[in-house]
Amino acid sequence: MRVLCLIEADGGGVADVSLRALTFARSLADAQTAAGAVPVAGRESWLHEKAPSGVPDAATTPPGSGAGAAGEADGTDGAGEVIAVVFGGADAVPVGELSAYGVSDAYAIESPHLGGYAPQAWARALAGLAAELPAGAVVAAGTDHGGEVMAHVGAITGLPVVANCVSAGPAGAGTLRLVRQRWAGSLLEDAVLEASPALLTVAVDAVAPAEADAPVATTVQSYRPEFADADLVVRAAESAERSTGVSLATARVVVGGGRGVGGPDGFGVLEELAGLLGGVLGVSRVVTSEGWRPHKQQVGQTGTRISPELYLACGISGAIQHMAGCQSAKHIVAVNTDPDAPIIGHADYAVIGDLNQVIPALIAAIRARRAGA
Amino acid sequence: MEVLVCVKRVPMVGGRIVVTADGQDVDTRMSGFTVSPHEECAVEEAVRLVERFGGRVTVLTLGPPAAADQLRDMLALGASRAVLLESDGREWGPIATAGAIVDAMRGAASAPSAPAAPAPSAPAAPAASAPPAPAAPAASAPPAPGCPYDLLLFGNEAADTGDYQVGVRVAHALGLPCVTGIKNLEVADDGASARARREYRGTEEVFDIPLPAVVSVKEGINLPRYPSLPGRLRAKRATIEQQVPPWHPEGLRKEGLRVPAGESKRAEILGHGADAVPALVALLNEFGVLS
Repeated sequence: MRVLCLIEADGGGVADVSLRALTFARSLADAQTAAGAVPVAGRESWLHEKAPSGVPDAATTPPGSGAGAAGEADGTDGAGEVIAVVFGGADAVPVGELSAYGVSDAYAIESPHLGGYAPQAWARALAGLAAELPAGAVVAAGTDHGGEVMAHVGAITGLPVVANCVSAGPAGAGTLRLVRQRWAGSLLEDAVLEASPALLTVAVDAVAPAEADAPVATTVQSYRPEFADADLVVRAAESAERSTGVSLATARVVVGGGRGVGGPDGFGVLEELAGLLGGVLGVSRVVTSEGWRPHKQQVGQTGTRISPELYLACGISGAIQHMAGCQSAKHIVAVNTDPDAPIIGHADYAVIGDLNQVIPALIAAIRARRAGA
Repeated sequence: MEVLVCVKRVPMVGGRIVVTADGQDVDTRMSGFTVSPHEECAVEEAVRLVERFGGRVTVLTLGPPAAADQLRDMLALGASRAVLLESDGREWGPIATAGAIVDAMRGAASAPSAPAAPAPSAPAAPAASAPPAPAAPAASAPPAPGCPYDLLLFGNEAADTGDYQVGVRVAHALGLPCVTGIKNLEVADDGASARARREYRGTEEVFDIPLPAVVSVKEGINLPRYPSLPGRLRAKRATIEQQVPPWHPEGLRKEGLRVPAGESKRAEILGHGADAVPALVALLNEFGVLS
């Protein structure tokens, strides 16, 4: 299957979330159809009925010409092929990483109308390219950008978008069998998708990035889409990068506080411990709903997803809404008065006790250890 | 200012999720229902706008008859009007849900003086038996002059399905601009435009958009108020407008739900109270976070 993958840039390279999406895309592209990949007569894909919305760069190879002989009909058959879509100039395409991740072709989307992120315009370009190649699937990381762009692609094409996929494989022409997350990963759904191209976002916390067995030569081409005025109404102006120390999303240590902290004045001891460990404070939803701490400190499904080396969860019961935000932590240690709290079923280690006794004692022990060292 | 807020009734899950015996749904026998968290904030944002500009907040949901409870909760927070699009027990996906919302709005907009809006989905009676043909692309729809709202607010994604797309699909069908994931919304004094902000991977993104528009918000945009006693009483007495929307088929079929494996581990207990601190220090040292 030919799979298009939206690439998000990070500095001069590919963002980690997109490396995960590429890994997913490659596994989908290489998956063999169990029931044989015979196109079903009468199932016309929408993309054959639409005029191409963009013009490929005349100086480069026409799109799709490098594909294998088989499976040209709707991009769902033939040899596996991962095609990256990068917004920006062809000279800025991170070819090294794309090559390592098995990308055969990369399209640089160039437009004088695009200065930065513009969700509907990005979607228009992606949908146009998917139609011209054609692609059997279009994949993006399940991020705010990836999810938003794919939602627009779905609206433009009238096709379903399956959000937060964990795995997917063909189950016949134009049909995919897939597993996706619900409740931010606390539940899995098995589903069947009949749509071409398949529009999917990838649950990035469930797919580890993995390079291809061998690098692939990546051909870079330019693609110049045409936009309607309406596509360009919404464009992001980025403000300056924020530089406020360690961020919750990337912290190596997070010290969490929940209802058990007892009120807005009880977080000082947790912040002190976080400071000692070079980490930051994170809180549960009840803490932000009560207004004890600002929402930007919330760890959970409706807050920040964290992936620290250590998450020390203090006075947190462990509702699934919270655990969805910290399931990527390498080690979870709980401090809780209730040995039957749900968090005991998620943590690796636990101290049964009052955080107001345990944490000050822990701080004292760490200080004493450092003083003696 | 006329503001529409679309909300979804979802199970109020706590420490664990249980799936029904047939594997098709979350078992809600031991839990209640609530509105998705992002959407409660959307209602609060709408109520604040109407407090500033005047006008009305209409809260709309697609769900079973019991979803009237969630509409009343939102009326208690200050919404003025509630519309229930009564579903039929099936799970309505994003295409079906967005289609139902747009159909309901076109119904609201098609007053005698309004121009006839294009109806891509004639409510044919046996629609459910039709093959899952892709809906006609609606992205080129002109901004509906009959759009009865200045602002359409959604939660960024529902707590249960997390589909991240109903608002975007509604925006395309109505020809309106759309921003998602918004954590800060400033409507200009003339009510004709708005500046919306969100943070994405450490960078703040700012969107300047004309109104009417679709805005999907996230929890944290505000801190929702508690319902007042008069609000609760008014909500209890309020009339909920009910409609039965036509079904829009889509090509995604749920086969079943399951709890991921590995959810049943149990923590190793290091000890009780401050006595556990030496073991805890040794553990932190082992993790390499003490240096």
